[in-house]
Amino acid sequence: MAKYIIKRVLISIPVLIGVVFVIFFMLNVVPGDPVTLMMGEHIKPDLIEAFRERMGLDDPFIVQFFNYLKNALQGDFGMSYKLKREVSDLIFQAFPQTVKLTLSAAMVAWLIGIPSGIIAAVKQNTLIDRGFMTFSLMGVSMPVFWAGLLMQYVFAYKLGWLPVTGYKTWQSFIMPSIVLGWSSAGTIARLTRSNLLEIMKNDFIRTARAKGLRETTVVVGHALKNAMLPVVTMMAIQVSSLLGGAVMTESIFGIPGLGRVAVSAIGDRDMPLLQGTIIFTTMLIIAGNLIADLMYSVLDPRIRCE
Amino acid sequence: MQEALNVADYVDEQKFFCPQEEDIEAELLDDDSIWSSLKGMLKKNKLAAVSLAIIIIVIFMAVFAPWVAPYDPNFQDVENLRFAAPSVQHWLGCDELGRDVFSRLIFGSRVSLVIGLVPTIIAMTIGTVMGLMAGFLGKRVDFVIMRFADIVLAFPSLLLAMVVMYTLGASLINIFIALSIVKWAGTARIVRAQTLSLKEKEFVEAARSVGVKKWTIMTRHILPNCIPNLIVLFSLNIPDSIMSESSLSFLGIGAVPPSTSWGLMVYRGKQYLFNYPWLALAPGVAILIVVLAFNFLGDGVRDALDPYLKD
Repeated sequence: MAKYIIKRVLISIPVLIGVVFVIFFMLNVVPGDPVTLMMGEHIKPDLIEAFRERMGLDDPFIVQFFNYLKNALQGDFGMSYKLKREVSDLIFQAFPQTVKLTLSAAMVAWLIGIPSGIIAAVKQNTLIDRGFMTFSLMGVSMPVFWAGLLMQYVFAYKLGWLPVTGYKTWQSFIMPSIVLGWSSAGTIARLTRSNLLEIMKNDFIRTARAKGLRETTVVVGHALKNAMLPVVTMMAIQVSSLLGGAVMTESIFGIPGLGRVAVSAIGDRDMPLLQGTIIFTTMLIIAGNLIADLMYSVLDPRIRCE
Repeated sequence: MQEALNVADYVDEQKFFCPQEEDIEAELLDDDSIWSSLKGMLKKNKLAAVSLAIIIIVIFMAVFAPWVAPYDPNFQDVENLRFAAPSVQHWLGCDELGRDVFSRLIFGSRVSLVIGLVPTIIAMTIGTVMGLMAGFLGKRVDFVIMRFADIVLAFPSLLLAMVVMYTLGASLINIFIALSIVKWAGTARIVRAQTLSLKEKEFVEAARSVGVKKWTIMTRHILPNCIPNLIVLFSLNIPDSIMSESSLSFLGIGAVPPSTSWGLMVYRGKQYLFNYPWLALAPGVAILIVVLAFNFLGDGVRDALDPYLKD
């Protein structure tokens, strides 16, 4: 097991360095002088020169990259051009909001996805199956931003049940969580359904039925345990993808999380802030995928053997 | 003499069992079987058939937009038609500049469909070539290509597309580039996996043994057997691209005026959501219907072409 964990962690390291390199490269070829962006246009040339030297902007690209990588690994993502604050401070200020949104959306996704998948599988090829699957697929097919606007219009504006935007009360997170969670629920429902149907074909299920067990016991006690293995892994991966999906949701509902910070950084052409938030989010996702892989190997020893 | 005869028999026998080009050709997947599976699926799966009909109607409307649209999508009548509510004359009302929303929706379908198709085709072509090379050539080529794919797949796709759009600037061509960069790796991974399994099959070994060149084996023997999976991927990647474009446009870094995309229409309509909801809701419904139709069709195609599910 230890060997497997070490191998998986080692594989993640070059990917992580590659991610930082790709983002650093793309954002450093953008036209425009970072010093002018940070200090304004009417600054004396000697000041600009001194600043460039202090920031290491005159160094060759590869030197700049390794300096950035070294600092990033220590949690230093540089200084925001626009807000004149440490990027890491801004990230850690925004991070809790994103975590709150992601976890509550994940709960919604599991609460909708898993029961929908089970019911659809048990009632395979009936109207109930079609209904649940269509509902799940609608979540996948509906743009998050549009679902958000629709909910704001109905539940906030027309019915007045929930606040339109905000993040300070738990009620503010209801609509964003449903919008974001519904988009993942479809994937979980489909995976639960297909795995459960596959498991139900096995001999041990036939034996359980032959013993005279009730159908609920057969499904929940015998089939579901085995069918949930890939679903558990998918749930961990979904948390990672929800982190990415939070960009749109945070923008619509005015939640000052990582996604909103990234979108504002684009608007302000604040390269260090954009760079830092995207690298940080991607690092979280790589870590999430690593945990998912390790979880799978704990639950299914065959993976470790392979 | 007896020995010589035996050797001759042996040689003849070897020749008989040695596969020739024409024998190997017979191993290739039969195109007719793909089409007949798809036709059979459409007969059985009504939801997929209806979805295909919707997609054909939308494509027809996009191609013949100037004839189908009741009004010029850019004709403005701010004085009389600003925020006009849906009516018999203007089915989906008019926007803040007095332009007919239904006509703009029809013209917007052009951009949305083109963005659904073009980046998908580019990304899948790159992904297929990379996947074939990684799987078939193996070793260093495989290592380099798959590490690149790992890096691309590590990013949340929308965030990576955002960075590419930030770097290149907002335009239709740049959306093609951004979505192609984001999406090639998924195809590459699937094609590689399939190539790895196919290259161990007898017909590929047979082709190798008669000296068929690597490139020919990849393109004429392995690639055709990947086609069912590629068709499924294609049908599922199109809605994904449409959704990505609409998200980028909604964030203001996708399609730019004067081109009209459905995402851009929702983006502009959101500021008037509470007073004139049709401006944001109508294009959203259009995205939902088309993406749902592609997803239902994609599911049907997968059921029809996946031999495992067929069993």
